[in-house]
Amino acid sequence: MTGEAAAPRRTNPMSFAVRAVGLLAQLVVPVVLGGVAILNREGDAGFLAFAVPILIVVILLNVLVAYLQWARLTYTIGESDVRVESGVLSRSARSVPYDRIQDVSLEQKLLPRLFGLVEVKFETGAGGGDDLTLAYLSEAEGERLRELVRDRKDDEPARAPVLSGAPFVASAEMPKETKPAPQAETVFAMDTGRILTFGLFEFSLAVVAVLFGAAQQLDFLLPFDPWDVDGWQQQLAGPGQWLAGLGPVAKAAGIALAIAALVPVGIATGVIRTALREWDFRLERTPKGLRRRRGLLTRTDLVMPLHRVQALRMETGFIRRRFGWHALKIVSLASDSEGANHDAVPFGTLPEIDRVIGLTGFHRPAEDVTWLRATPRYFIDRVVGAGIALAILAIVAAIAVEEPLWILPLLAIVPIAGLGWWRWKRDRRALDQDQVYNRIGSLAPKLSIASRVKLQSVEIAQGPIARWRGYATLHLGLAGGKFRIKGVPLAQAEDWRAHICRSMAGTDFSRLLDTKGSAAA
Amino acid sequence: MDDSHDLTQLDPRYKSMMRLVYSIPAVLLVIASTIAEVAIPGWTGVVWVPGLLLALFLVVYLPMRRFSTRGYSLAEEQLRVVRGVMFRSDTVVPFGRVQHIDVDRGPLERMFGLATVTVHTAGSHNASVSLGGLAHEDALAMREEIRTAIRRDTQ
Repeated sequence: MTGEAAAPRRTNPMSFAVRAVGLLAQLVVPVVLGGVAILNREGDAGFLAFAVPILIVVILLNVLVAYLQWARLTYTIGESDVRVESGVLSRSARSVPYDRIQDVSLEQKLLPRLFGLVEVKFETGAGGGDDLTLAYLSEAEGERLRELVRDRKDDEPARAPVLSGAPFVASAEMPKETKPAPQAETVFAMDTGRILTFGLFEFSLAVVAVLFGAAQQLDFLLPFDPWDVDGWQQQLAGPGQWLAGLGPVAKAAGIALAIAALVPVGIATGVIRTALREWDFRLERTPKGLRRRRGLLTRTDLVMPLHRVQALRMETGFIRRRFGWHALKIVSLASDSEGANHDAVPFGTLPEIDRVIGLTGFHRPAEDVTWLRATPRYFIDRVVGAGIALAILAIVAAIAVEEPLWILPLLAIVPIAGLGWWRWKRDRRALDQDQVYNRIGSLAPKLSIASRVKLQSVEIAQGPIARWRGYATLHLGLAGGKFRIKGVPLAQAEDWRAHICRSMAGTDFSRLLDTKGSAAA
Repeated sequence: MDDSHDLTQLDPRYKSMMRLVYSIPAVLLVIASTIAEVAIPGWTGVVWVPGLLLALFLVVYLPMRRFSTRGYSLAEEQLRVVRGVMFRSDTVVPFGRVQHIDVDRGPLERMFGLATVTVHTAGSHNASVSLGGLAHEDALAMREEIRTAIRRDTQ
């Protein structure tokens, strides 16, 4: 196996074609815009004689560079590492040991998908998103590499403990699977009906804003000036004149109609965006962990190893909550900057979410868990702080503006205090035998669940006011995410820290990555 | 902090180092206020006295406060780092969560025989916790202690 794999290989030749097509697609917009601009100016046709050859040379140069880059990039699947050598003028070689590879992910964007190609990303634990990527390989080659790397990693334990100086290295591999054929069990899937329902709740007016912005930017392309109010009035003067005579009631009705017209646009945007992202969503339980596939045009395929789950986040929305819909996100160790939170169940019922939570070895807070609130002092201090800021604003307004506008900032204190009180009443946190919970938000609550053992550090932070008033913010160091609890009374913060540290000290980091510890089904 | 008596103080030379560092802006401040004093006619000391007080604050008081609010502890196989005059932070990293350890020495630290220990964790918050102002030999001893604790755990 090693002899066959050790030779340097090139990426799929088609990837050069994909890049060229992508390049041309990028050129289309500037060329068309440039063409329109040139043709608009009468008598400058001679300019085309220069522009066209230059354009052709630019395209050819780009294609040549793309070809050279493709030809000079090779990868080698070696005995103990993956090596990639690249560069036309300046050469670079990067080697990533199998030990450090956390996972191999495959991604297909629209264009490569048409050619049957995948982008293979070797995920290392390092932050900063400096991962090794190969674009593009054939689907079969991508799958082969993924299996190969996983097999190599599985073979490691026999010799890894020799170099156990760095716990991360020694522990990154998984024990060999005993099951011969990896059978996948679907844990959660969304059919078309579910995706459409999800889309309805993802109501979005973003597209309206985009259309508005585009109209402003590209108005030179339109045969009339949409911002010319006088022009509009003249256009309406003939048949539209009757509108003006209808009075305020009809005008109000017209505005309501215009707003109502936005609703279908918002719904359509939500449904389309959701369908593109979540199409044929399926979450499967494989021997390697939870495998998620989704997407219509860009299909992604991601594996979240169960023992690397660090924390869970449950979210919901203001309206969807009334219908019993919730979302579950997984905070995973391998993921760095871009995707710390993976959607495990984007839109599901609580029993469906409970099933996935059960697989991760976590659990939802028990009914009898003791929920605690932030100290009232924290709430009071925040309202007082907001009040002082608003009072300053009111004084400035009183000096700068003649009219009694200065009263407005003072009126704002009432809703701010009300909302703060409501939040204070609803936000809660709890600590039980093995997990920490923090629930924030009142209308659309978010619940974070962290495992006590899997935390990395605990910090008690206090600003001057917090120190004077005797409370603190508790920062829990979580791999791949943030977990902080605000407004904790100091004594309680110290007590919680002592408890959590005791849980943490019981297990070394390397043990955390053992599959045995957490893959309780 | 009621249990701050368990904390080990940093090396006293750290105070001298901070004094040296802060003396640069302090000297500049004194020079600037002297020039302003000469240039602006009026009562003697209107600029000079506040300038001098601020310089004294920087060189005498601030290093003292900083020094006295900082501390660390290695008890119970945990590194605890406490710091901050205005904004206090009190961080605990169990040895079992340390990924790797750096011992850094800048030119000034070398002049004073000091070193900074930085431990890295896998967490996004507190990805690295650093502790400056240790005597170099203490820093090396601390590194050895954490490293042996990690090795014992992984075997």
